[in-house]
Amino acid sequence: MAAMLKYEKKDLKIVGTRPPRPDGVDKVTGRARFGADYNLPGQLIGKVLRSPHAHARIKSIDASAALTLAGVKAVVTRDDFAEMPDEMAAVGELMINFRDVTRNMMAREKVLYDGHPLAAVAAVSESVARAALALIEVEYEILPHVIDVVEAMRPGAPLLNENQYTAGVKPKPDHPSNVAKRLEFGCGDVAAGFKQADVIIAREFNTKPVHQGYIEPQACLASYSADGQAELWTSTQGHFVFRAQCAKVLQMDVSKIRVTPTEIGGGFGGKNNIYNEALAIALSRKSNHPVKMVMTREEVFRGTGPTPGANVKVKIGCTKDGKITAAEAELNFQAGAFPGSPVNQASMCAFTRYDLANVRVVGNDVVVNRPKVAAYRAPGAPIAVFGVESVIDEMAKKLGIDPIEFRLKNAAKEGTQTYYGPKLGSIGYIQTLEAARAHPHYSAPLGPNQGRGVATGFWFNIGNETTCSLNLQEDGTLTLNLGTVDVAGGSRAAMAMMVAEELGIEFERVRPFVGDTSTLGFNFLTAGSRSTFASGMACVIAARQVIEILRQRVAKIREVPLEAVAWKDGRAQPVDASVAQFAPMSLPEIARMAGKTGGTVAGHAEINAQGAGPGFGTHIVDVEVDRQTGSVKILRYTVVQDVGKAIHPAYVEGQLQGGAVQGIGWALNEEYVYGDDGVLQNPGFLDYRIPVASDLPRIDTVIVEVPNPNHPYGVRGCGEVPIISPMAAIANAIENAIGVRLLQQPFSPPRVLKAITDAAAATR
Amino acid sequence: MSRNHVSTTVNGDQVEFLCETEQTLLEALRDELRLTGTKEGCGTGDCGACSVMVDGRLVCSCLMLAVEAKGKSIETIEGMAEGEALHPLQRKFIEHAALQCGICTPGILIAARALLDRNPDPSEAEVRLWLAGNLCRCTGYHKIVDAVLDAAREMRGG
Amino acid sequence: MRYEAPKTLEQALALLAGANGKARVLAGGTDLLIQMRSGRADPELVVDIKAIAEMRSIAVDAGSYRVGAALSCMELIENDAFASTWPGIVDGAKYIGSIQVKGRATLGGNLCNASPAADGVPALIAAGALACIAGPQGRREVPVEEFVTGPGKTLLAPGELVVSLLLPRRAPHSGDAYLRFTPRTEMDIAVVGAAVNLTLDDRGICSHARVSLGAVAARALLVPEAAAALIGTKVDAAVLARLSAAASAACRPIDDKRGTKEFRIKVAGVMAERSGKIALERAGRYD
Repeated sequence: MAAMLKYEKKDLKIVGTRPPRPDGVDKVTGRARFGADYNLPGQLIGKVLRSPHAHARIKSIDASAALTLAGVKAVVTRDDFAEMPDEMAAVGELMINFRDVTRNMMAREKVLYDGHPLAAVAAVSESVARAALALIEVEYEILPHVIDVVEAMRPGAPLLNENQYTAGVKPKPDHPSNVAKRLEFGCGDVAAGFKQADVIIAREFNTKPVHQGYIEPQACLASYSADGQAELWTSTQGHFVFRAQCAKVLQMDVSKIRVTPTEIGGGFGGKNNIYNEALAIALSRKSNHPVKMVMTREEVFRGTGPTPGANVKVKIGCTKDGKITAAEAELNFQAGAFPGSPVNQASMCAFTRYDLANVRVVGNDVVVNRPKVAAYRAPGAPIAVFGVESVIDEMAKKLGIDPIEFRLKNAAKEGTQTYYGPKLGSIGYIQTLEAARAHPHYSAPLGPNQGRGVATGFWFNIGNETTCSLNLQEDGTLTLNLGTVDVAGGSRAAMAMMVAEELGIEFERVRPFVGDTSTLGFNFLTAGSRSTFASGMACVIAARQVIEILRQRVAKIREVPLEAVAWKDGRAQPVDASVAQFAPMSLPEIARMAGKTGGTVAGHAEINAQGAGPGFGTHIVDVEVDRQTGSVKILRYTVVQDVGKAIHPAYVEGQLQGGAVQGIGWALNEEYVYGDDGVLQNPGFLDYRIPVASDLPRIDTVIVEVPNPNHPYGVRGCGEVPIISPMAAIANAIENAIGVRLLQQPFSPPRVLKAITDAAAATR
Repeated sequence: MSRNHVSTTVNGDQVEFLCETEQTLLEALRDELRLTGTKEGCGTGDCGACSVMVDGRLVCSCLMLAVEAKGKSIETIEGMAEGEALHPLQRKFIEHAALQCGICTPGILIAARALLDRNPDPSEAEVRLWLAGNLCRCTGYHKIVDAVLDAAREMRGG
Repeated sequence: MRYEAPKTLEQALALLAGANGKARVLAGGTDLLIQMRSGRADPELVVDIKAIAEMRSIAVDAGSYRVGAALSCMELIENDAFASTWPGIVDGAKYIGSIQVKGRATLGGNLCNASPAADGVPALIAAGALACIAGPQGRREVPVEEFVTGPGKTLLAPGELVVSLLLPRRAPHSGDAYLRFTPRTEMDIAVVGAAVNLTLDDRGICSHARVSLGAVAARALLVPEAAAALIGTKVDAAVLARLSAAASAACRPIDDKRGTKEFRIKVAGVMAERSGKIALERAGRYD
C-alpha cells in the first residue's frame, strides 16, 4: 500500500484554474445518461407496492391475482429474500445493519411507515405494473404509531421493535424501547464549569425532517443472466457499496454483480443506500428479463430517507467577559423506522468550533414510524449547530460582545483537544472568522425590519478506501479510471487537473471517467466530502507511479542511468547536462514505444486515505422580516470557508453556494408534514418547498486556503460544511431584525408571525 | 388496449410514435422516441425538468398528453445545439460552471432560451422570476443566473 | 381512455352529451393530468377544446372584454390592451404556476377546477365577470361568484362547459389588483388571496368597489362588507384598515398543511389592504 502524501507548496499551473468540466457538453446537450435514461431490449417495468399505514403487522400477502394479469412477468415479496443476521456496515458516514437493510427494502413482519415497500412486480408496461399492484391483497393489523421523537422516547409509547433494548445504557434496561442507542461524549466537569459561569443560557429546539431534494428520483436497471451474473445500472453515490448491499441481501458473490454508476442527478447523501436495486435484480432473476425501476417523486418522499427531525437541548455557561466555561447538549434524533440516525456525528460537531474544557453531549438514536433516515450533507451537524450557534449568539448579545469577536475569544485552533477524541491539526476556523469580519457585508448598513446573523460550522471530513487507475494510451493521452463517483461537484475534473499538474501536461490530455465495479477494487462511496481529498490523493499516487515508470522507460530508451532522467514540464529531460545529455521525450513519444519497452505504462492506487482535514466555515446573512405576514426574505448571503486548496475554484464556489441554499431552504420552508394518521401529507415539490430562483439573492463566497498538511495539494473536503450554518445564521438574523428568536424549524411565515404576536402579547 | 398513432415534428424532424391515451408527452419523448434529454423530476409540473417548447411556447411536457402533440412543433434540448455548435447559453453554462449534476440543466436551458427569445435584455430579477419554475438543488441558482445574463449579453452583440 | 379534439363547440357538446358523465374537458391540462396521475380523475373520454376558435379568442365589444375560456394564461398576460384594462385579473393569471404552467393553464380551467385557492377566481369575482356556459339546454350566463359551489364543485350541469368569461365595460379611474400570500415567492398554492376592484369618481371618491377573497373558505368569497368600507371614501389609510378588518372578519378558513386558521384570518386582512392600495394607485392612472 502506498504511503500517504504530505502537502508540498509549489507553483501551480493547472490546479487553481477553471477549465471546463469534461461532462459539461454532454450535460448541456442532454446526451449525458442518468439512471432513467438507460434501456435494454425486452425490459420490463418494475413497480413497488407500499404500505398506506404508518404501523401495522402484516398478517398475509397474496399476490396470486397479480400474477394472473396479462403482461405481469414476476412478483417478489418478503418470501423471496433471505433473513439477514445482525451485521453492521458503513455506508457513507452512517452505519447500517443488514438485518434492517433487508427489512427497509421489503417489509417482513411489520410495515413501519407510510410508504414501506411490501411487494414488487415486473410487467410489460407501467400501466400493467400499476394495475398488478392493485391486485395484490395484503391483510394488515393496524397498530398505534408514533412519529414524534419526544413521544417515542416516553415509556408506554408504541414500540416499533419489541426486541430493541437501548444500547449504551448500563445496566442493560429490562424494558424494550424506541431508543435504540444512547451515547455520550464529554470532557472535564460541566457542573463545575457552570458554577464558574456568570451567565448561563439554556434553550430547547425542535426540527423537522427534511429531504435531500435531489431532482432526479432513484432509478435503476437490472439484468440477470441465467448463469447467475447480474448487471445493474443505477443512480448512486457509491457503486461498490451498492454492489455489496445487493450481494448481501441477494446472497450472491460480490464479483457476480457488475454495477455501473450512471450520471447522478443529485444525491447529497440520499443515494448512499439501496432501495429498489436488489428488488430489480430479484425481479430480473424471476422474470428472465431486464427490469427497470424508476421512483416517482411521491415514492421518493414516502420511501427514501430524509434527515432526522430532532429535539435538541443546549446549555452554555460563560464568564462576563465572554469565555465559555461549560457547554452541554442533549440531542434526541429520529432515526425513522430503523436505528442509525447521525446522532453520533451531530454530537461530535456540536461544539467542536470552540476550545472548551468542560463539555457533555448526550445523544439518543430513536426509532419512529417514518422512513428510515439517510445521510444529508454533513448528517446531523446542521441540527445540532442550529441549537448551539443560536445559544452562542444569544450569549454574545447578552454580554454585549460582537458575535464574531465572541467566537474568536473561544475559537478552536491547531492543537485544540476535541471533546470526542482527537486533537485538531492545522485548521482555518479563525481565518474564516477574520475574513468574515473584514468582509464588506459585515459592516453594510441595514434598514428597518432587517437584521444580520452570523453562524459557524465544522465538519471532520473523511478519507476511506479509494482506488483508481491511470493508463497512458498509445497517442500519449491518458485515461483516468476513478472509483469515486462524481456526484456533481465536478470531482472528475479536479482529479484530471491534479494528474495533469503532476505530469506537467494540458488538462485536456487526461480523460477522467468512473468505471463500473468490475474495473477497480473496492472504493467507498462519495460522501463525507471525501472525493477531492481521497480520490485526489489516489490520483496523485497513481500519477507519480506513472512518472517513475516513464523515467525508467526513458532511461532504457536513451540508455542513460535512471538518476539522470527528470520529469519536468511534461517531458523526460536530463536532470543536469553534467550528469548526462539526451534528447528529451514527450508522452506521445514514450507511449509509441511502450510496447517495445515493457508494455503499457500505467499507474494505480488502492489506499485507505488518512488525514482528511476538517473544514470550518463562517456565514453572514441579512434578512428582512415582513412583520404583518411573518415572511422572511434573504437579502444578502456570504459564505466564508476554509477548503484547504480549491483545485477548481468555480466548483468549490458551487459547493459553497449550493450547500448554503439547501441550508436556507431547511431554515425557511422545508419540512415533512404528517397527519394524525401518520401519513405523509406533502410528498411532492408543490408542498415540500425547496427554494426557487426568485427566493434567493446571489450567494457570495470567500475561499480561505489553509492547506491540509496531509494532502499533496492541501485539499480539505468542502462539500458539507456549507449546509451547517444557515439555520442558525438565519435564526440569529431574524432575532436581530425583530427581537424574536425562533426555536423551531422551519421559520415558515405562520411560525414567525405567531412568534411576533406572542412576543408582542408578552410585552403588554 | 389499442394505442394511438401520433405524427408530429420534433426538433424539425417529422416523427411518429404509438402511445396510450394516458401517456404524457414527456413519456412519449423519452420512452417512445428515446429522446432522453428531457427529464422527469416530479411528474406534476412543479420542477420544470421536463420543459420543452410546443409551437414556440414553453411548457412542462409532463402536463401534456402525448396525443396532443399531433401536428405540433416540439423543441427539446437535443435540438438546441446545431451540430457541434453549441447555443451561446450552452457555452455560457459550461463557462460559468452553471451546472453540477446536470439533471435540471436541459429544462433550464430550454426555459432560458425561451426567455431570451422574448426578452433579450432581462434584469437579474426577471431571469429569476422566469426560472422560478425550474428547480435546481445543486447550484443555488447563482451561477445559472450569471450564465444566462452573460449569454444574453453575447447574443445582444455585447 | 379516448381522446377527441373537436373543432367546433357543437361537436364538443355532442361528445360530452354522449359520454354519460364519464368525460372530462381538457383545456390546459395542468390540473386534469395531475388528477389522472393520482387516480383522482379517471375519465373514459377526454375532450380537448383547444381547437375550438371561439374558446381561444379574446375580443373587445363596446369596451367589454370576452375572454375565451381556453385562452392560455401566457396569451392573456401578453395581451397589453387587456392587461392595462384589467391588471388585477392579469395579476391572478400570473400566479397560476410557473411560466411553463401558464403556457398551458387557462382562466376557464382554473375556474372550473374550483380549488378554494384558485388564483384566477378572486379577481374575476371582483371584476364582476360572468361565466358564459353552453350545454345541451343552450347557453346561459352566471356571475363567477356563484359559479363555484364548493371545493372541486361547480354549478355546471352534465354536458355543460364554460365557453368564455365576459367582463363589464371599464369605467374611467378604475383599477383592480390581486395579491396572494405564499411561503415562497413563486410556485406555491395561495394560502390567502385578495382581490380589490374599485372605481373613483372625478373627485377621487370611490363610487364602486368589489372585494373578493380566495383560500379562506370553501370557495372564493365576494365580500360586500369589505367593499362597503371603501365606497364613498377617498380610500385613505384609515379606510384601508377598515377594509382589512372587514376582510379578516369574512374569512371562514380551515387549518391545513398550507396555513392555519388564525394565520389566514390575519393575513387575509393584510393582503386585502395591500391589494386595495395597488387598486387605488392603478385607478388613479387609468382613463
